[in-house]
Amino acid sequence: MAAIARRSVVRTSRQPASVIPPLIFPVALMLVYSAGLQSSTDLPGFPTDSFLAFMLAVPFIQGALFSTMIAGTDLARDIETGFVNRLSLTALRDSALLVGQLSGVVVLGVVQAVFYLAVGLAAGVEIASGPAGVVVLLVYAVVVSLAFGALGAYLAFRTGSGEVIQALFPLLFVFLFISSMNTPRDLIGVGWFRTAATLNPVSYMIECIRSLIIVGWDPEALILGFGFIAIIGVASLTLSSHALRTRMTRT
Amino acid sequence: MEPSNGIEVEGLVREYRKGPRAVDGIDLSVAPGEIYGFLGPNGAGKSTTVHVLTTLLPPTAGTARVGGYDVVKQGPKVRALIGVALQEAALDPLLTGRDHLRLQATLQGVRKDQRQARAEELLHRVGLADAADRKVAGYSGGMKRRLDLALALVHSPRILFLDEPTTGLDVQSRTAVWEEVSLLRREDRVTVFLTTQYLEEADVLADRVGIIDHGKIVAEGTPAELKAEIGRPSVHAIPRREEDRPRIAEFLARFGEPLATTRDVAVRLRGGLGLTDIVRAVDADGVDVVDLELRAPTLDDVFLAKTGKTLEGATEEAEIERKETQR
Repeated sequence: MAAIARRSVVRTSRQPASVIPPLIFPVALMLVYSAGLQSSTDLPGFPTDSFLAFMLAVPFIQGALFSTMIAGTDLARDIETGFVNRLSLTALRDSALLVGQLSGVVVLGVVQAVFYLAVGLAAGVEIASGPAGVVVLLVYAVVVSLAFGALGAYLAFRTGSGEVIQALFPLLFVFLFISSMNTPRDLIGVGWFRTAATLNPVSYMIECIRSLIIVGWDPEALILGFGFIAIIGVASLTLSSHALRTRMTRT
Repeated sequence: MEPSNGIEVEGLVREYRKGPRAVDGIDLSVAPGEIYGFLGPNGAGKSTTVHVLTTLLPPTAGTARVGGYDVVKQGPKVRALIGVALQEAALDPLLTGRDHLRLQATLQGVRKDQRQARAEELLHRVGLADAADRKVAGYSGGMKRRLDLALALVHSPRILFLDEPTTGLDVQSRTAVWEEVSLLRREDRVTVFLTTQYLEEADVLADRVGIIDHGKIVAEGTPAELKAEIGRPSVHAIPRREEDRPRIAEFLARFGEPLATTRDVAVRLRGGLGLTDIVRAVDADGVDVVDLELRAPTLDDVFLAKTGKTLEGATEEAEIERKETQR
């Protein structure tokens, strides 16, 4: 498994197109939104007077969505080129391939999280939960990368096509945009949007990270955030393991 | 059957869902240390057979034993003793040649203290030592094929499966692969199961050849035995003017059975006749040809005799069939 993990990390690090956009794009979006929507903090009940602190949670989820695409596209390429067949001909266990392959995504997820935090701290954001909260944030980044990476792997094993996965990428972004990404759920004025954001698990993931940044220790937000990502992670790992067994058919 | 380096196949069938029988009841036997050439056009069932024998696909019916192990019931044991280079050189363009060998050595269970030495040895053996630290994305087709071969050899397999190892390669790269395969058999006594659509490759490399068409083996034997089955040579004439082609075909038909060719006019000579008989008749009848050539039987003639078409024609036909199926 370590050999596959090393390969996954090496190949990710050798693809600037896989490393740079997940770092730059979410941060750029965060800065643009923060500049444009700072006045939202004047709304009664808005939980902080810094929109940048409010938005800092969003890149974590955006980065994880990139992880989905990267993991999926890399695996789909391995299927297309026959590399998975090469691995099937060795004594490698199916689970080792999956976990090893996701290691690169998790490493990238941690690098992204450190980068987003560094940008936030440099811009004056203070983490309300302190150093222990930073550790929890990084742990959350690992779990989110793993869960979303496994989702990408599932799509790859099912479709075997990098193009299909890239086509699905914008669809995943819809979940981000109909969440509490820009506005706290209780301040969303449009009824259907508030309902959609309340039903959307991505809202609770963002609120989990956001609580550590602007509130401190909020057990309810943490339980919901970790709970939803655990459900998504278990489901996506189960689905991807099953799809992998089908893909790596060998006697 | 005791574990050996041989391959035994009986009544092997592989059917795809909604598709034809890719492999339709083949029997074959490959002796230890033998190079067996599996010759046929695209879509004949060569790669499907390799996938079954290497445990990547379960057969629909029949049995296959590789190295004495059943490919269905003892898959892991089969995989442990075979090396495989599939039709597509399955390489990661972002890794270097050395990265690939290290990874493969680890996954194949080569001892840690031996991995580096084994990688160096194979890099030198396939002539990639200078390019070992370059990413595979920058390799030529021939270099990728040679790396693929090195990867198949990393754990010193007793049986080697090569699926069209030289397709698309230039003559120099093809010759390099042939030399390496010959060396493996000669020095390491490795059994080689080699699929190809190149007649010359089968002729040069293989101890025995099996010709497969539409999933069935239509002929099997040493290249010499197969050619001897055809026995008689053919005469090929190139008309000076295209409009003379029918007249020359009629003329040559006096000496044997016409052959289906596109470039020239040809007949398989009847027994007892030779080129001199034809040359005399050409002079006597004033037949105008640019060239007249006597050819010994080739494997293509064998293919033609067994299937009614040339290998080149069969490949084109298979390609059309494939496109029709995809539509």
